[in-house]
Amino acid sequence: MTIQGWILIFAFVGILLALTKPVGLWLFALYEGRRTPLHAVLGPVERGFYKLAGIDPEAEQTWQRYAVHMLIFNVVLLLLTYAVLRLQDVLPLNPLGYAAIGADGAFNTAISFTTNTNWQWYSGEAAMSNLSQMLALTIHNFLSAATGIALAFALFRGFARRQATGIGNFWADVTRVTLYLLLPICVVYGLFLIASGVPQTFAGSVDVATLEGVKQTLGLGPVASQEAIKMLGTNGGGFFNANSAHPFENPTALTNLVQMVSIFLIGMGLTWTFGKAVGDTRQGWAILTAMLCLFLLGTAVTYWAEAAGNPILHGLGVAGGNMEGKEVRFGLAASALFSVVTTAASCGAVNAMHDSFTALGGMIPLLNMQLGEIVVGGVGAGIYGFLLFAILAVFVAGLMVGRTPEYVGKKIEAREVKLAVLAIAVLPLFILGGTALSAVFEAGLAGPLNKGPHGFSEILYAFTSAVANNGSAFAGLTAGTPWYNGLLGVCMWVGRFFVIVPMLAIAGGLAAKKHTPESAGSFSTTGGLWIGLLVGIILILGGLTFLPSLALGPIADHLAMIRGQLF
Amino acid sequence: MGNDFTSSLRPAIVMAILFAILLGIVYPLAMTGIGQTLFPSQANGSLLRDASGKVIGSTVIGQAFTSDRYFQTRPSAAGKGYDGLASAGSNLGPTAQALTDRVKTDVEKRRAEGITGGIPADLVTTSGSGLDPDLSPAAALAQVSRVARIRAIPEAAVRALVERHVEHPIAGVLGEDRVNVLALNQALDKLAVNGSGGTR
Repeated sequence: MTIQGWILIFAFVGILLALTKPVGLWLFALYEGRRTPLHAVLGPVERGFYKLAGIDPEAEQTWQRYAVHMLIFNVVLLLLTYAVLRLQDVLPLNPLGYAAIGADGAFNTAISFTTNTNWQWYSGEAAMSNLSQMLALTIHNFLSAATGIALAFALFRGFARRQATGIGNFWADVTRVTLYLLLPICVVYGLFLIASGVPQTFAGSVDVATLEGVKQTLGLGPVASQEAIKMLGTNGGGFFNANSAHPFENPTALTNLVQMVSIFLIGMGLTWTFGKAVGDTRQGWAILTAMLCLFLLGTAVTYWAEAAGNPILHGLGVAGGNMEGKEVRFGLAASALFSVVTTAASCGAVNAMHDSFTALGGMIPLLNMQLGEIVVGGVGAGIYGFLLFAILAVFVAGLMVGRTPEYVGKKIEAREVKLAVLAIAVLPLFILGGTALSAVFEAGLAGPLNKGPHGFSEILYAFTSAVANNGSAFAGLTAGTPWYNGLLGVCMWVGRFFVIVPMLAIAGGLAAKKHTPESAGSFSTTGGLWIGLLVGIILILGGLTFLPSLALGPIADHLAMIRGQLF
Repeated sequence: MGNDFTSSLRPAIVMAILFAILLGIVYPLAMTGIGQTLFPSQANGSLLRDASGKVIGSTVIGQAFTSDRYFQTRPSAAGKGYDGLASAGSNLGPTAQALTDRVKTDVEKRRAEGITGGIPADLVTTSGSGLDPDLSPAAALAQVSRVARIRAIPEAAVRALVERHVEHPIAGVLGEDRVNVLALNQALDKLAVNGSGGTR
């Protein structure tokens, strides 16, 4: 580890802390449905959309209606993507003449992009036409992100409203977030990326005669427009197979920093918006502090492990940290940091190959996802996931003092706790279930590239990534098979919507409740004790659930590595 | 619930179509139009051309250099090496026999060239993309004596060339010290031409 590396890490956190309130304020305006300066330009588009679709943006929806409209919208988008991928060969903008995507592959990819996972079993530059990249994939990058933020807004309203039946209007939330937040940032961001060297063209490829006289064909395409929303919307689905390690997706150290900042930008802003919505911004800062504690802990471990390097290679005479799977322009610090950021959020973009990290360096990204991607987390999904843990934490605190727990002015009762546990239980059930199945059946065991404990880690990582809707991979796993496409597809769907529906039910129930003013007996949810309790609950729950699986994978791998045992 | 379902169909279908047009077609087309106008070079891949206009590479993409006459790029897992349509890392884990075997072979090759001491890690590891355009300064400097010997140029001149091509972090913190191998090798060819003209 170097001082320069730590300066980068703290500068990264500092930049985001400075942006948290401004972004939170902007999000709060959208949450409230207030007019923004951008309405002058985009207001007519918004109103036009509502008119054509027959939507009354002021109509309040119950949590059930909000949930059904959200689900049906996502199913329609899923079908659109499935159709475009299956018909890719006959649709236009296919300069390299790629064939249609197979049924199991299209099923997996359609779910993957709808659920904000962006798990990719395919190699973008060798499978997807430009039209598929734009029409089948880029739209989800916007709309799955907008859906996540809309759902967070709905839950915020549950906490903020008093004796109300509605939790907002899904269409208004999605449209406003897309038009006034995601799209304008992406236009500016995309232009920055182009200026930095990210291609934006409809040419499919260009032939190069190298200095040594060999022909090299470089894949091109409308990369920058997809790259911007891929990061901002915590999607993570790369245009190219190597994702943000590819120089055309992430050409410089500066683009790399901006990409990392953009992964966390909205998620951090939303913590502030939550505090503002419930009338006490300290509540938001407390959540953010707990998140950052977990984040810095993870970053320190991964950076330390990668900088220490692989003792087996040192034994061969190699000097320095672990550079297998890393780019020189990013080096150890920015690669380690990126891996923690992308898995703390539900992004899943990678600027280095996690599969080739040292055992402990790669365990942190895995653990980040297993904790539920609530360390800042995906846009919207991070904060609503975190609030589920907050409900559990106040419940535990309430048990300790024997008093009905309250959180930000709402009594937390049996219904809320049951639903929160239901949503959180999805993670271990499907991560461990899917991994166990794949570790015993032939079709699952055919997947891993690496042997020994690292091969098990590849399977565990895949199911963790799918259920947590991350999308990053220990990419040695051959996942483009009917077994993995099918099983991981189901896991991604369950991991997204089986969390969302109980969460919306909580939102609806909370909105109907009275406001309970803070009294002398209330447990404060802004101080150090609360932050410690939150971090403790998250680590204990995640640790107890997943430690056995980590022991079989990365921990066994680490012990083998320090003993010099090869597989 | 039934009412919720029927009331959702029209907005769901119409909004999906409208957003698909806006985000899937208008947005990328507009970005392409603006990008091609403002930054035509970068938007098309930052391509480098020789005097005759032939494309010889991209400033941001690495290419295979395997000849001993050139500074060699890192091992690559992209296709058969630096395949611009098959970007990939090796995905080998830390305890993989295949990783150790590969690194061992590469280390022995470097030892045979006369490199002593610790081998710079990037010189014997594959990158994330398989298209890494850079080397660390240490990995480039380690190749100086081989390149100088084969080209019959003084080592000091080659070393100075490498040092001139080291790019430093922005503001001293953002990024790593690195050398763009294509730019270095282009300069090396020019140096050799000048050298044979007796300007040294």
